[in-house]
Amino acid sequence: MATDIIIHDKKDNVGVVVIEKITPNQDCKCWIMEDDSSTAIQSMDEIPLGHKIAMTDLKEGDAILKYGHDIGKVVKSIKKGEHVHVHNVKTKKW
Amino acid sequence: MEIPKSFLGYKRENGRAGTRNHVIILPVDDISNACAEAVANNIKGTIALPHSYGRLQFGADLELHFRTMIGTGSNPNVAAVIVIGIEPKWTKRIVDGIAKTGKPVEGFHIERTGDIGTVMKASKKAQEFVMWASEKQREECPISDLWISVKCGESDTTSGLASNPTVGNLMDKLEPLGVHLCFGETSELTGAEKVCASRGATKEASDKFMKTWSAYNDFILKEATDDLSESQPTAGNIAGGLTTIEEKAFGNFQKIGDCKFIDVLEPAEEPKKGKGLYFMDTSSAAAECVTLQAAAGFNIHLFPTGQGNIVGNPIEPVVKLTANPLTVKSMGEHIDCDVSKILSREMNLSEAGDKLIETTLKVANGRLTCAEALGHKEFVMTKLYRSA
Repeated sequence: MATDIIIHDKKDNVGVVVIEKITPNQDCKCWIMEDDSSTAIQSMDEIPLGHKIAMTDLKEGDAILKYGHDIGKVVKSIKKGEHVHVHNVKTKKW
Repeated sequence: MEIPKSFLGYKRENGRAGTRNHVIILPVDDISNACAEAVANNIKGTIALPHSYGRLQFGADLELHFRTMIGTGSNPNVAAVIVIGIEPKWTKRIVDGIAKTGKPVEGFHIERTGDIGTVMKASKKAQEFVMWASEKQREECPISDLWISVKCGESDTTSGLASNPTVGNLMDKLEPLGVHLCFGETSELTGAEKVCASRGATKEASDKFMKTWSAYNDFILKEATDDLSESQPTAGNIAGGLTTIEEKAFGNFQKIGDCKFIDVLEPAEEPKKGKGLYFMDTSSAAAECVTLQAAAGFNIHLFPTGQGNIVGNPIEPVVKLTANPLTVKSMGEHIDCDVSKILSREMNLSEAGDKLIETTLKVANGRLTCAEALGHKEFVMTKLYRSA
């Protein structure tokens, strides 16, 4: 039952780390809340609790989807399993 | 879980019920703080509510000041009020506003008397009020007498995953029982504004929300220097993994569950359309927002936090919950309700909602919140623009 990563919506291209941290090359269990399904991913970075991991390769200009909604744009390409945060994603507002 | 149909509250003259029985010493303006604090120091069991404003304000800003003062005194968590101001006219306006509730209230002005004479007169009346209030007993009140406000703070991704949806689950369960509910934080819905607008119960409510949000957003865009660096999201939000305002907004928005809002309130405006969920136009700063919601008459507050916001309010108990296990471990003295087991999947959302309902009712019945035990009494007036 325990999980390493939670994904809100099955449309999302990012998940949230819910253990203290994940380390590079860790095989992580993922739980998709919306339909109570499971998936898995191998991490590429160390990512702390609460931070996001890319579930797919993303290129500049792509939208980050979380809660099934657009939460910002990719400003530096991201590989599947990498840390997603302020260094590679920016708001579309302000 | 069978939800209890009642709680033990203090019945007030106007038919409302309080979860607390405070006697407050309310300064009309900044320069009357010293006098109000001296009275509260003299008379045990009273609390002074010092603040920074009340002089040379005008227009909508002055109206908000009066609405906040009168609303705070009128809140059912307050048994009786001493109002102290420098001048008689504005002091009387606040006294008359609070008196409409039928509760004991008396005003004192300092001009032509001085602090010492005013402290003596006001202290005598405060002693009378607090001894009268101390005789009040808690009585059984229907759960619909709860007016619950919500606001989150120092949010992180665990807020959107778990603690905010826990509040949403509580709302979904308590709304059918006839409680009043209120969420705010206009700026923090940016990115989710269209989805939020679609949750208006009527077209009128949705349109009013979009108008309110647009006005706030225009103001922010006008005043912002860069990208609201470290304010939205805050440095704490970013440390907790939140990247953009849109992400924060969708997380924030989880607090209302599946409820629809029936009206949009001005800051500190009392709801007038009966039971149900209201949106209030507020800042997203914790103490400002809770102060406005308390002034609108809400008698218990739920505050989900991620990284650990510690805010309290002098008259409205603030119940904190978190889903972040590191916050529970490092700041446990601030957390009334721990829902971190949602993240490890040892607790589901409905169980978490039940646990929060239990905590809320315990606090409504008189259990001190962490913020009350730790002495948090943040009373922060919202100021719309500079004074004359």
